[in-house]
Amino acid sequence: MSIKPRIRLPEVIKTGDVIEVKTLVTHVMETGNRKTPDGSIIPRNIIKLFVAKFEGEEVFRCDLGSGIAANPYIAFFMRVPGPGQFEFSWTDDLGQTEIERTPLTTA
Amino acid sequence: MSSRMKSPYTSQPFTVRSVNRRNLILTGSAAAAIMALVGRISQVYAQSAPLERSAQFSEALAKILNGATPTPERITLELPEIAENGNGVSFSLAVETPMTTDDYVKAIHLLSTANPQALVATYSFRPINTKAQTTGRMRLAKTQDVIAVAELSNGTVLICERNVKVTIGGCGN
Repeated sequence: MSIKPRIRLPEVIKTGDVIEVKTLVTHVMETGNRKTPDGSIIPRNIIKLFVAKFEGEEVFRCDLGSGIAANPYIAFFMRVPGPGQFEFSWTDDLGQTEIERTPLTTA
Repeated sequence: MSSRMKSPYTSQPFTVRSVNRRNLILTGSAAAAIMALVGRISQVYAQSAPLERSAQFSEALAKILNGATPTPERITLELPEIAENGNGVSFSLAVETPMTTDDYVKAIHLLSTANPQALVATYSFRPINTKAQTTGRMRLAKTQDVIAVAELSNGTVLICERNVKVTIGGCGN
């Protein structure tokens, strides 16, 4: 899908901290409302689902519509239970899923 | 420009303000500029009469509410009052909640009353989030009310809205 996910976590994290996890991907989020110069509709193609899992358990989910701007920025908070692995996934209208794994290390 | 003179009839001193061309032009331009500014501002705010809400919005809202009566408290939706470009308008959502396993926010829905598609996004939360808060960027086709609805784990539904004036719309039309 080549959406180049970028994940931002705080520099220093301790168990018990409530951190903000920030994610950004590149995606045109084609609404399906636009027309080509000759009048035909450009088909809709958006990222419709974002799921964040930590140590295999879902911690946050976002269902997106065409009203979310291009290059979706999605952020959420989480209390850190300990070090572990994040898995973020973005699924588009065509059913393709991009997965990004990021470790969370605690100080 | 003013000058003190003596009245030819009573010899009492009085001050004459003479209107010279420079003063007239400056005052005239200032007045015109103010009028234009006031005109522009009232044009933008003239649209704050009740706006029509799309059928898709009413449908989407009814589906989310599912018969519940929402209360307008504890939920905040932040959006600018005026958006120059409807292609990417920053918003933030937050609900005051303990976020414990007994009392937490299950989901926050963001709805547009005038976009071609009414449901902008649904954010699903868990107690581990600790804060029912998120931010993002949305598209606004034109000046409209934007609505946020939160579903709580105990069945309570919260609602709030914000009006955004949009200068250049952005839904891909």
